[in-house]
Amino acid sequence: MTSIERDRVIISSPAPTYEIEIEAPSPHMIMRRRALTHPGFLFGATIVLATVLIALCAPLLTPYDPYAQDLSQRLIPPVWALKGSWAHLLGTDAMGRDYLTRLMYGARVSLTIGFGAAAIAGIIGTSLGLIGGYFGGWVDSVVMYLVNVKLALPGILVALSLIEVFGGSVFSVTLILGVLFWDRFIVVTRSVTQQTRVADYVTAAEAVGASRLRIILGEVLPNVLNHIIVIASLEMAVAILVEAALSFLGLGIRPPTPSWGLMISEGRNFMFFQPYLVAVPGIAILVLVVAINMLGDGIRDITAPEGRN
Amino acid sequence: MSRFLIHRALIALLVAITVSIIGFTLLRLSGDLASALAGDTATQAQIANTAHLYGLDRPLYIQYFDWVWKALHGDLGRSLFTNEPVTFLIGQRIGVTVQLSIMSLVFALLIAIPLGVVAATRPNSWIDRASLGLAVLGQGMPNFWFGLILIIVFGVSLRWLPISGTDHFSNFIMPTITLGTSVMPAIMRLTRTGMLDALDSDYIRTARAKGLSTGSVLFKHALRNAILPVVSLTAVSLGFLLGGSVIVESVFALNGIGFLAFQSILRTDFPVVQSIVVFVSFCYILLTLVSDMINAYLDPRIRLG
Repeated sequence: MTSIERDRVIISSPAPTYEIEIEAPSPHMIMRRRALTHPGFLFGATIVLATVLIALCAPLLTPYDPYAQDLSQRLIPPVWALKGSWAHLLGTDAMGRDYLTRLMYGARVSLTIGFGAAAIAGIIGTSLGLIGGYFGGWVDSVVMYLVNVKLALPGILVALSLIEVFGGSVFSVTLILGVLFWDRFIVVTRSVTQQTRVADYVTAAEAVGASRLRIILGEVLPNVLNHIIVIASLEMAVAILVEAALSFLGLGIRPPTPSWGLMISEGRNFMFFQPYLVAVPGIAILVLVVAINMLGDGIRDITAPEGRN
Repeated sequence: MSRFLIHRALIALLVAITVSIIGFTLLRLSGDLASALAGDTATQAQIANTAHLYGLDRPLYIQYFDWVWKALHGDLGRSLFTNEPVTFLIGQRIGVTVQLSIMSLVFALLIAIPLGVVAATRPNSWIDRASLGLAVLGQGMPNFWFGLILIIVFGVSLRWLPISGTDHFSNFIMPTITLGTSVMPAIMRLTRTGMLDALDSDYIRTARAKGLSTGSVLFKHALRNAILPVVSLTAVSLGFLLGGSVIVESVFALNGIGFLAFQSILRTDFPVVQSIVVFVSFCYILLTLVSDMINAYLDPRIRLG
């Protein structure tokens, strides 16, 4: 173990005096080193970053319009198939729309909903977890009761019914998923808060007379933050999967918006003859979700205090 | 022990009441029930008449208590679509969902527990890494897509298995694998972590020191402790499967309550949806209560604490 303190060793010899600084790595350097030697984190970060870039730059990367139908070009197989064409690398769907283009624009839907839902759920769950964990007593009981109610409700069924009522736009799906998946944030934030609130520096802050809001935001929240990032990545992955499932069932994002789940649903009618229509968007979901999970696990490992895994 | 259980039971009751209120609200959110009941061509007077007939013109809380009172006597109302009693519709299909859920759970446990134990005994070995990879894949795969891929491979290309229906045992194989895969990773990870902790403890060192066989150490001493959180997770998973089977049932056209709920949502047949939501929630509440009891029985620290 290297000491965190900075050691100065002065070697005095007959001639000049050399001052050698033995510098212990700073926490940031430790994190950077851990990040660069963590294969899961590197893999996850690369894929997620690439997906974000592709989603942002989709109009620059493809000459096609994701909505433009061309029935003379329908169901062209991907380039590696016998009748494939270089004009459409991943072929075209039943409406003659370029499949790679739809996939790129579909990343926008997945990322927006995943990120938005995780953010909404994070805000709700973290606030409730902080309040429950900090105040304890009956406040905590109310928070845990909310978690129990949430866990008892069949999430997918409730989401399906709510979307049927409020409509299947990207906005409403994001909101509904965000409002439904906050329980894990509460559970984790609450237990970390319980551990933190008895720490000496919190007692010190209380003794100095800091307000509760200030203690919660200034002393407790920073300790919870890296846990929140990890949970947020998990929930983002869950939200992407649930959105795909809802859209697949025809009760999520509405056509013609390119959503990966919807693409699988549309490809389903042709899957016996053109299995790529189902395989390709599914693999896209799988890769993105696995990458987000690995990124989350990586962040947990990297930000963990020294010597803990 | 009794104090712990009474406390848990009271919370369960409170949660059950809240869930019933949420279910009831869900039905009201879905729009004007009276005009749905009266039909598309109904006049204003007919709608008002229907509202009066069904008691929909009464205050909401009276309607809620009325609904609870009837539900407690086994009357969950009628489907707007088929006009059959909801209890009949659920009763007709619950068997399929229960069978699918239990088969999926057994499938998941049969894979997850041995893999978790073996992975924990040889950390960082190839089998540990392989099972971790399996868990990552299982977690990342959209299960409806996995179901479709199974249909393409085993149903259509190889023609080994039927792709839809509920008549035969073989109809359940692909849905079981699909649904089981979605709960398997969590159970496996929990078994592995629990076993790692247990194997690291003093009583295992003692058991080994006194010369017990590896099998006895692993399964009689370590697993018994490692399994406690897995019991809770299994109960939770069963509740999740009952509600989560909606997707898999729709993919394989299995006629269970998940498929019924899905069809009812499409038809805006909200009395059925509401009943299934509340029914599945109640199953979950009951299952977690039972798992708490099992845990209290298995773990003296909870029982006597």
